[in-house]
Amino acid sequence: MSEAPSGADLGRRLRDGDLSVAPAVLNLVESRPAQEAGEVEALLHEVAPGALGGEARAHVVGVTGPPGVGKSTLLSELVRAWRERQRSVAVLAVDPSSKRSGGALLGDRARIVSDPADRATFIRSTAAGDRLGGLAPATRAAAQALGAAFDVVVIETVGVGQSETEVAEVADTVAVVVQPGSGDVLQFLKSGIMEIPDVLVVTKADLGTVAQRARRDLLATLRSIGERATQVVCVSSVAPVQGFDQLIDALDAHRAGLDLPARRLAARRAGAVADFHAEHGDRGLRALGGRRAALRALDEEDPALEVPALTRALEARAGAT
Amino acid sequence: MSDHRLPERDRPWMMRTYAGHSTAKKSNELYRGNLAMGQTGLSVAFDLPTQTGYDADHELARGEVGKVGVPVAHRGDMAALMDGIPLDEMNTSMTINATAAWLLGLYIVAAQEQGVEAGALQGTTQNDIIKEFLARGTYAFPPAPSMRLIADMVAYTVTEVPKWNPINICSYHLQEAGATPVQEIAYALSNGIAVLDAVRERVEPSLMGKVFSRMSFFVNAGVRFVEEHAKLRAMGRLWEEVGRTRYGVEDPKQLRFRYGVQVNSLGLTENQPENNVQRIVLETLGVTLGRDARARAIQLPAWNEALGLPRPWDQQWSLRIQQVLAYETDLLEYPDIFEGSRVMDGLVDELARGARAEMAVVDEHGGAVEAVAYMKAALVDSHRERLGRIESGEQVVVGINRYADSEPSPMAEGEDGGILTVDPGVEAGQREELARWRTQRDDAAVAQALDGLRRAAADDTENIMPATIEAARAGVTTGEWAHALRDAFGEYRAPTGVGEAAASVPSQDMERLRDEVERVSEGLGRRLKILVGKPGLDGHSNGAEQIAVRARDLGMDVVYEGIRLTPSQIVASALQEGVHVVGLSILSGSHRELIPDLIAGLREAGVEAPVVVGGIIPEADVAPLREAGVAAVYTPKDFDMGVIMGDIVALVAQRNGVGASA
Repeated sequence: MSEAPSGADLGRRLRDGDLSVAPAVLNLVESRPAQEAGEVEALLHEVAPGALGGEARAHVVGVTGPPGVGKSTLLSELVRAWRERQRSVAVLAVDPSSKRSGGALLGDRARIVSDPADRATFIRSTAAGDRLGGLAPATRAAAQALGAAFDVVVIETVGVGQSETEVAEVADTVAVVVQPGSGDVLQFLKSGIMEIPDVLVVTKADLGTVAQRARRDLLATLRSIGERATQVVCVSSVAPVQGFDQLIDALDAHRAGLDLPARRLAARRAGAVADFHAEHGDRGLRALGGRRAALRALDEEDPALEVPALTRALEARAGAT
Repeated sequence: MSDHRLPERDRPWMMRTYAGHSTAKKSNELYRGNLAMGQTGLSVAFDLPTQTGYDADHELARGEVGKVGVPVAHRGDMAALMDGIPLDEMNTSMTINATAAWLLGLYIVAAQEQGVEAGALQGTTQNDIIKEFLARGTYAFPPAPSMRLIADMVAYTVTEVPKWNPINICSYHLQEAGATPVQEIAYALSNGIAVLDAVRERVEPSLMGKVFSRMSFFVNAGVRFVEEHAKLRAMGRLWEEVGRTRYGVEDPKQLRFRYGVQVNSLGLTENQPENNVQRIVLETLGVTLGRDARARAIQLPAWNEALGLPRPWDQQWSLRIQQVLAYETDLLEYPDIFEGSRVMDGLVDELARGARAEMAVVDEHGGAVEAVAYMKAALVDSHRERLGRIESGEQVVVGINRYADSEPSPMAEGEDGGILTVDPGVEAGQREELARWRTQRDDAAVAQALDGLRRAAADDTENIMPATIEAARAGVTTGEWAHALRDAFGEYRAPTGVGEAAASVPSQDMERLRDEVERVSEGLGRRLKILVGKPGLDGHSNGAEQIAVRARDLGMDVVYEGIRLTPSQIVASALQEGVHVVGLSILSGSHRELIPDLIAGLREAGVEAPVVVGGIIPEADVAPLREAGVAAVYTPKDFDMGVIMGDIVALVAQRNGVGASA
């Protein structure tokens, strides 16, 4: 095998907008921490706000929803629509892993149709690993790194409840995909089991009135709990394809209204706590006084620091107590 | 006269051979030869580009032209294919599905050129799209418009081509994909119901009895031939029930379950291939023994199908099996020999009960179209269980997991290696012919016909057949017809069924391999990741699916994208996904063209991962593939997936400098 480029080198090339390093970046961040921790840190250092002179350019979009609602076919059309607007797109698709074998069938890629010759579209499937329904450990790092070079970074996960909470910690904008007649989503929103998404997407708009009714129900529910900011968009991924311009507009509008540095900073701090938790477990977190105390502690750190540096700061604190 | 003899001997079933390759002209010679040998009907095998709606010059057609069947690109090809065969007398079965409306259109036009009216034509278009989604993979359009095309054809033929069987619902491929007898019955009949429900919206209610009587089935018969016979009796009983209760059909003739058969290929072995002859004979008994459930038409595979494409002599042998059974034995002299049999009645009851329950499950999903993903996952599971039984030795396959030692076989020797090879020049020839055809036709007429076709496609209330026949007459090509419809209907990728497949119950061997995958993954720094790919047009994905499921169950991360991928798509996936090994499966014979290209593409993209290949790969092709950089080649004789998986893990370890286990 050819010599892998160093983390710092990859980070610099991402900063220069070199999209072709994306596969190597993923190979690196997916590596077991013990072997490559230093390289990953060097990579993230090169794409941290300090090195970039500001937050990474990409729009990081989380796309999540229950299984079987047509997320991947929706994503296929969404990628096409973004590419038509000349935006480069990286998709990080997170599939669940088998609890028994640890292996995973990474099937979402199959439904995202893209031109293999198009260098500005990158799709990587990752197994969620041991984290139930959540993000693959490497996905946060990958999103941060690729965000320096791509216009759009999508994180796709399965599930409702836990997963959109985790995605919300990483993404600028979270879109939850539902199909008409999914009453459970209404219940989850009302009861607070589910966080309020930034954009709600109703699929199967080709069903016409059924989708429109679903949209009205969702809007009514959102109003009843005092949420008026969330946009609800109907799309159809089957011919005649419709709704994707409105969806992109809704995603863009959310991003435009965002305090990006604050959201990204929160994402990095949440990521550091998650990484710390993965490494040191509940006992480690307790030593810091719990999750909220850990986040508060990070408020004192330099806002431009990359995640591994923040994680080390937490470790220093935990060691000192 | 006694009632245990028939007053006169029954007429034999229709005898066919599934045939066609290279060009229309060559296939026409083959058909005439087969008819001269006593074959009584034709069974046309089309090549994969024709089946999936691509012309020979399309990127996806590369390596596939003329391989598993004959290319038919326009009415000129159809006329050449049927040259000298009187179409008012012939009974022609066409294995064609996504593009069935088109090929029937070409056949109607070719008949008219012979002076034969559509009303005189007899034969069958397979036209069963649900099983293409489930098992065979030559679909082109999404489910809803696909079902519309089928309904259009049924509605059209019932009045315009009344002797034609517009659809031949195929449980054949379901068994090839692993279906149990209960699944085969239930999914085939549910499929029939879905078609009839769709047709009901497009014909006069008074025609439904006639429509019901034109529905025919194409079944499989495995080597457990007693149970297989019971399966057919159960299908007959249930189909009659469906006709009476769901569609109000009363006429006993219209209610009769009519089927043709191709016996099992799944059970044919590459090792000791001569044993396949007795398997084929026994399977044929399963569909002929009882008069009440006897096949209307039979075609038999050749003894060497697991080795490659059969030669004319191999196919002659299969035809002779039918002729000996029909003309030498006393089979056709008796009424139904199972009438009153306790065993047979018991088996039929048991299968019918199971099938009714499974049909209810499909119904709960909203019918066969909506239940495709459910049925697919169920088939992948059944097939996995079957392979597990063979691996463990619980299910005996002579020459494979028992009595595997053999004297050297003289049959697979000789200059041709015991199989037919298609001249690689055929593809270029077909492309040139196509280019010539395009220059010689009336462009304005073609453009007008395609406009008409697009209009008909966009209007759900119109029948697609008149515009299709018009296009055939104007000289439109297969690729152009399908392209117009793809524009109107969109494209589709069927569910792979692997994501939902149940986890295997791990054996000791599997536990050991899991440990090894874990160890190698630690050494690699990330979980061992494999890309399972199916390049080309071949839709026979059972093998690839089983490899994908097993790899997951051993703890690998598996990228599987389903069928019909271009080499450049596979290269892009391998690169972006950062896989450690690439496994490719090809059964259509296009490996010599596609695999070297694919490996060159991988290396050019900087992907160094080793490539292994599985499929129907003739012995003579193994060395060239290895020279092109293939690390290992697996064929049907490699039945033990544990061994294949062990090899793959060791290969990855070796290529990445991960040491042997302590």
